[in-house]
Amino acid sequence: MSLFRNIVFTAVIAGLLSGLLLTVMQSFSTVPLILQAESYENAGGGEVGHSHSHEAAPAGNAATPADHHPDEEAWMPADGFERFIYTAAADMLAAIGFGLILIAVSEAQGGLKGWRSGLMFGIAGFLTVSLAPGLGLPPELPGMPAAELGPRQVWWISTAVCTAAGLGLLAYTRSAVFAALAIVLLIAPHIVGAPLPPGHETAVPLELYARFVNAVYATNLVFWAVLGALAGMIRERFRAGEEITARSDGEFVSR
Amino acid sequence: MATKTASTAVGISSSKIIPLSMTALLGLFVVGFVGFSHMEVVHNAAHDSRHSFAFPCH
Repeated sequence: MSLFRNIVFTAVIAGLLSGLLLTVMQSFSTVPLILQAESYENAGGGEVGHSHSHEAAPAGNAATPADHHPDEEAWMPADGFERFIYTAAADMLAAIGFGLILIAVSEAQGGLKGWRSGLMFGIAGFLTVSLAPGLGLPPELPGMPAAELGPRQVWWISTAVCTAAGLGLLAYTRSAVFAALAIVLLIAPHIVGAPLPPGHETAVPLELYARFVNAVYATNLVFWAVLGALAGMIRERFRAGEEITARSDGEFVSR
Repeated sequence: MATKTASTAVGISSSKIIPLSMTALLGLFVVGFVGFSHMEVVHNAAHDSRHSFAFPCH
């Protein structure tokens, strides 16, 4: 049980800190662009996208396709401080969740040995969760056309799983067969292809969108690097009480 | 090298598989809740976060 407790403790600390950093970076980069896109979304009437304006939700009701948002009256945080707090909470929760997965996967491969191996896992996390799914489903601004949510989520999750498995095979096996399988796993989701939107018309300017995509990748890369490095650093310090067998296993595959 | 990795993987699985899979499941549940939940309230609360993580949104 101490292994579970130590991993959760590590993930919570690393996740809170890296999630907080991510929120600060976002409030200077991505969030202003989201707010700007929402103003275009309102002006454009939202016939191709969806209305997710936080200011004009009740007013925008008529222009919203009913199938996308059946319940436009649902609670949402008020703009400003409240919205920031909820974004921060969501960031930190997601960071803790990513941290739990990252540490669990790394433990199965022998465990993190300090910030450097954590950083490597963090970069792998960025490739798995940001870059690979982003090749097919680039970051979206509000008001941009997109395919149905369900199939996109399925494609996103499948791509992340395939990429993680591919990277794991490349890093931890040495046979040519596994390397070939890894490459197939890395490429297959992109050959299958992500669900595409029916059209591409949007009121959001392309320049705004380009800046948003850059900001998302830049902030996520820093976030994953910090999450991984912190997880590696903290994990190294909290191994007390874990089974001796587990510890010797860890040393066996250290690199 | 490949056999070494395989044998340690078996050794790890016997002693650690339950706590590690519990941890991974907990993490998947948390990420799924924040990033993929279809509940309108959760979506609205995590809206900016979902867009900034490039999770599929809306």
